[in-house]
Amino acid sequence: MHPILKLVAQRLALGILLLLAASALIFGLTEILPGDAAQAVLGQSATPESLANLREEMGLNRPALTRYFEWLGGFVTFDLGNALTNRLPIADQISARMSNTLFLAFWAAIISVPLAITLGLIAVRYQNRWPDKLISGVTLASISLPEFMISYILIFFFAVQSLTWGIWGWFGMSPVAFPSFASISQTMTLGEKLWAISLPVAVLTLVVLAHMMRMTRAAILNVMQSAYIETAELKGLSTFAVIYRHAFPNAIAPIVNVVMINLAYLVVGVVVVEVVFAYPGMGQYLVDAVVKRDVPVVLACGVIFAAVYIILNMTADVVSILANPRLRHPK
Amino acid sequence: MTDQATTNAPSEPSTSGLAKAALAVSRIPLSALVGLFITTTYFLAALFAGVIAPYGMAETVGQVWEPSRLGWLLGLAPEGTPEPQYWLGTDQIGRDLLTRLIYGGQTTIFIATMATILSFTTGSVLGFLAAVLGGWIDQALSRFVDLMMAIPSLILALVILSSIEATVVTLIVLMGLLDSTRVYRLARAVAVDISVMDYVEAARLRGEKLGWIIFREILPNALSPLVAEMGLRFIFMVLFISTLSFLGIGVQPPLADWGGIVKENKEGINFGIGAALYPAIAIATLAISVNLVADWILNRTTSLKGGRG
Repeated sequence: MHPILKLVAQRLALGILLLLAASALIFGLTEILPGDAAQAVLGQSATPESLANLREEMGLNRPALTRYFEWLGGFVTFDLGNALTNRLPIADQISARMSNTLFLAFWAAIISVPLAITLGLIAVRYQNRWPDKLISGVTLASISLPEFMISYILIFFFAVQSLTWGIWGWFGMSPVAFPSFASISQTMTLGEKLWAISLPVAVLTLVVLAHMMRMTRAAILNVMQSAYIETAELKGLSTFAVIYRHAFPNAIAPIVNVVMINLAYLVVGVVVVEVVFAYPGMGQYLVDAVVKRDVPVVLACGVIFAAVYIILNMTADVVSILANPRLRHPK
Repeated sequence: MTDQATTNAPSEPSTSGLAKAALAVSRIPLSALVGLFITTTYFLAALFAGVIAPYGMAETVGQVWEPSRLGWLLGLAPEGTPEPQYWLGTDQIGRDLLTRLIYGGQTTIFIATMATILSFTTGSVLGFLAAVLGGWIDQALSRFVDLMMAIPSLILALVILSSIEATVVTLIVLMGLLDSTRVYRLARAVAVDISVMDYVEAARLRGEKLGWIIFREILPNALSPLVAEMGLRFIFMVLFISTLSFLGIGVQPPLADWGGIVKENKEGINFGIGAALYPAIAIATLAISVNLVADWILNRTTSLKGGRG
């Protein structure tokens, strides 16, 4: 077997093991902690008898291990049971909301990834000069604020205050306010949907951009310190040619890694941003369920979020194995 | 450590304590001094919230969302409006916003500090133990930490908070333990380097006990990277507790905290009322100033080691 296939196969096997362990951890946590589904349905004042009856009815008396495997099997057969609060099937809710969340994350990624790499290159080109310092300053500021704060700052200025700005008149436009609620439906056209999610996409872009740019900058700077870069500089290539022809191809593996890690980060950022903009996605569903103590929904959403996060991180590892020429062409 | 002390000792001028202190302060870069000043101010305000807050924490003093005096003084208010009474105006049920912010800072900073302390004690003790003992204990701890870190902390926190009641104590324990995985990794990595040093070997050979090796040999030498990391973890805790409170599963009312103030006042944003944005300024300034201090500590310690990160 080709050594690189072996490495990738090993990494995938490890990833699957990690997925199983993560699902067991999440399931186990809700088992160990006090209170269960029956308690949540009946409330604190339930009598022991009615609790025991309901547990019997819901099958909570069976051993935890049996229930764990049943629950895990539910992911394969796409039957996740019903929510405690409204008795609707969880799988239906999730499949509708999942596509909304992916839509939001997709557009945020499409905008932030090229922007972050370009800005990272600029920061390296003008290292320690004002463009670098400006970019670093802005990213430090956006890292120092939680996602929901950035959201409200953008809403305040671009959805409310923007109506009073004189700028619009200069271009002969009437004042524009971006939508502060991202409500989307199936009947909307793509343009309408994009307009509705403009502010959440902007927030997510800002949040990931900062991390991604800093890490891209560090990755390229790391490559720039190699001997072959010095050679390229000494033979008289322009700085951009050095970065573009010599540094960038060698920095691809770390940069892809950075991008994947940040896409994973995006998945979590989505949770908070969806709540702020009342966007009908997975994150809002999860937080709603936590507030209502709807444990089956929390379990299902939590495992899906964790799985996406783990899979993206695993992809990052696999890509960096594949992008390494030393592993591709072993001696 | 001892090595440095002996090389530094002769060069120290024998001046008075005050002059020494002034000299030490003048060596701190300006950015770190500003950071140190702002951080100290926030902690003092949190400590003496009851003394400096103009009104009671849950006391209704005026109308809903009264304008801020600060904005009026800066000329942001419309022409001809009378001078408002409250510095930052009032919140969604007429409580003084400055008072809420001060008490909110107290809650946020208290929870974040306690959680950081818990996270550092647990994480570093376990990390040092794993590094010193090695073997299956190291393997078991490290693989468990890998698993915990494979799941985003926000998701884990949401899963846990769906089962338990959010009180100040449970929040501290939850955040502290979730975050201790990061400290564990750092502490273990630093301690593995140190535990193969000759002086640790010497301590082992002369039969010192585990406690001595961890607290007297490894801890003093691992302290500076850990302290710099502490600043970053503290900021992470402030952001984390604010996010949880904003989502409605963190600090519960009537207790104020910065994330909760945003949640309470968010409706005002749509009417152009900026009450929900004040906590943003508070969090951002605190985060940036702690970052500046942490950067300085990190630079100082790396230069001592000859630039080794």
